[in-house]
Amino acid sequence: MALALQQLINGLTLGAVYGLIAIGYTMVYGIIGMINFAHGDIYMVSAFIAVTGFTLLAAFGVSSVPFALVVVLIVAVLFTSVYGWAVERLAYRPLRGSTRLAPLISAIGMSIFLQNMVQLTQGARVKPIPPMLTGGIDIYETAEFTVRIAYSQMLIVLVTVGLMIAFSWLITRTSFGRQQRACEQDRTMTALLGINVDRTISLTFMLGAALAAVAGVMVTVYYGVVDFYIGFVAGIKAFTAAVLGGVGSLPGAMLGGLIIGLIEAFWSSYLSAEYKDVATFSILILVLMFRPSGLLGRPEVEKV
Amino acid sequence: MPPLVFANDAPTAAERLKDASGVALIALLLGIPMIGLTTADQGGSLQVLTRWPLLAAFIAASFCGRLVVRYLLDALKRRRQAQDRQAGAAGAKETRRGGRMLESIGWLAFGLALVLPIVFSDNRYVVDTATTVLIYVMLGWGLNVVVGLAGLLDLGHVAFYAVGAYAYALLSTQFGWGFWAALPVAGIIAGVFGLALGWPSLRLRGDYLAIVTLGFGEIIRVVLINWTDFSGGPNGISSIPRPTFFGLPFVPSSDNPTFATYFGLEFSPMHRIIFLYYVILVLSLLTNVLVKRLRKLPIGRAWEAVREDEIACKALGMNVTNAKLSAFALGAMLGGVAGVFFAARQGFISPESFTFNESAIILAIVVLGGMGSQLGVVLASVVLVLLPELGRDFAEYRMLLFGAAMILIMVWRPGGILSHREPTLLLSSEGGRRE
Repeated sequence: MALALQQLINGLTLGAVYGLIAIGYTMVYGIIGMINFAHGDIYMVSAFIAVTGFTLLAAFGVSSVPFALVVVLIVAVLFTSVYGWAVERLAYRPLRGSTRLAPLISAIGMSIFLQNMVQLTQGARVKPIPPMLTGGIDIYETAEFTVRIAYSQMLIVLVTVGLMIAFSWLITRTSFGRQQRACEQDRTMTALLGINVDRTISLTFMLGAALAAVAGVMVTVYYGVVDFYIGFVAGIKAFTAAVLGGVGSLPGAMLGGLIIGLIEAFWSSYLSAEYKDVATFSILILVLMFRPSGLLGRPEVEKV
Repeated sequence: MPPLVFANDAPTAAERLKDASGVALIALLLGIPMIGLTTADQGGSLQVLTRWPLLAAFIAASFCGRLVVRYLLDALKRRRQAQDRQAGAAGAKETRRGGRMLESIGWLAFGLALVLPIVFSDNRYVVDTATTVLIYVMLGWGLNVVVGLAGLLDLGHVAFYAVGAYAYALLSTQFGWGFWAALPVAGIIAGVFGLALGWPSLRLRGDYLAIVTLGFGEIIRVVLINWTDFSGGPNGISSIPRPTFFGLPFVPSSDNPTFATYFGLEFSPMHRIIFLYYVILVLSLLTNVLVKRLRKLPIGRAWEAVREDEIACKALGMNVTNAKLSAFALGAMLGGVAGVFFAARQGFISPESFTFNESAIILAIVVLGGMGSQLGVVLASVVLVLLPELGRDFAEYRMLLFGAAMILIMVWRPGGILSHREPTLLLSSEGGRRE
């Protein structure tokens, strides 16, 4: 019981991170219908920016953890959105209107490029940072086991929930959100109505990158280690989450992230940690067999 | 008529500078966190190091690079516009001649492949690299059936490559099977795996299919890593027997006749290398012939029809399920056969060789080559295998350049190096049939 509760907490934390990254996939898929394979690497870039930022602040003698967190979060979001913009501008915009596979291949190329760029400029070794948010709240105690919510876990869940609310508001209530949804439905028509489609797509990439940046900073705080390979693994998991929830659906991405986080947490503690990826992908395949467009995805209307 | 040049076609110097400054600004923002700053482990804890001169160089390079590239692109565009105006309708005949030229290039490539080991008979490196190219050609042709012909996006092709390689490794080390006996069996096993993957994903479209195939590839790899009793885990399987020449092994000396003694030759390690080269050459040529013939059979037509319009196929009463499953099974089988050859050539396999990167490269070969084009696959394999090889001098930059090259080739030719997406069979405007 206690163990299950603890795994629930761990799973939700992990799921929140996957969900944040998955939203980037889902938004990009919704608007230009492509899998942005480099998205996981954008998240990795942000984690590296976070490491540099925290180390720099520590070198300047900033000891207040909340202050450091806020500063690093803002800096990482800003720089990472520039990366998101540049990736779209360089690798995807020239390919708009060509076959569906062309941007996929350039995305894979971009992913390889970013991974190796970071490896070259930042070094191939694992980067550890000193633990920042230690401690937590013990919520349930038995003789042999204490269920504890770490402060870093609370931070991740709170930030994710906050971002979710802000984001739903942005998409459903603002002018940019309307433009974005209009581009999803029909790009040509949207352009005819005087909306700058290129700008909307660029902004979508920047927003996705910003969310991935938040996830990157959170993970750096939570795990305390970063290396150039984390983007690939997290990217695949988040992409799976996006598909599981239904590509193109924002609540679906979050739901998919949570499900995958929970599966991983429970599978590794009760069955075997080695096979947790097998479990994740098998459940994905099973779900898609019965709901081919994901849990919350709209069934695709086939037009002839 | 002299080419028309409009005043606003050529940007002024000020506009060019402004454009390049914008790029330099972006370069600055991109560069600060990655090039300007870095962290290094010093005395047990991380320290931030700065590299401002490098950052300045990067920005200057972006600025100048943008000026030059913009200028060249503009010049190219203007020249092309002028040419287009002059050429007019002459372009239509080009494609016909292009098709015939491609065919002769194909024969030329075949001839080169045939004589390559004879010319370079004492250069092991060249023959080895050529063998690697041919493995990728074969993998590319296998995946081409799935992606290029049937239009099913498969991101886990490496799974079948792995299944073939492990099937041969286990059959030979555990049960003593020979290369030639194991080849078809391992191919069939991989084909069955293809069916196993194809069946649950029949209802899926596009990117849902992509993630399922990717997941399938990862499942196979994770199982191979962790099921130590079966696959040797991360250590892999070693001392896999090499193929023999009709029972004659390629070993320096033994009691039984070897390849060298039987033909009265002096033993040379190159014999095996060259023999392996011809084996994969024959295997890939068989693949080519098979796929080419299949394209002309009803099943091949069905693949292309499913690719072009699935709903129309269903409406016409075609069995879409069979078409998709057979494409998956055939692609998987060809991948499996390539895997057998890979295992026999390396003599050692481990899950390391079957990562997602490998799938990505095979898919890149198909797409870069031009989907559905057989010769394009060959060209793309040559480029993608030779690129990292040539880059060995820059060691750590080679994967960086590899990624950049993938983007550049795609941006340069979005349809692939040899784009050939048109269906084999087309209703032409004259109402006749065109092959």
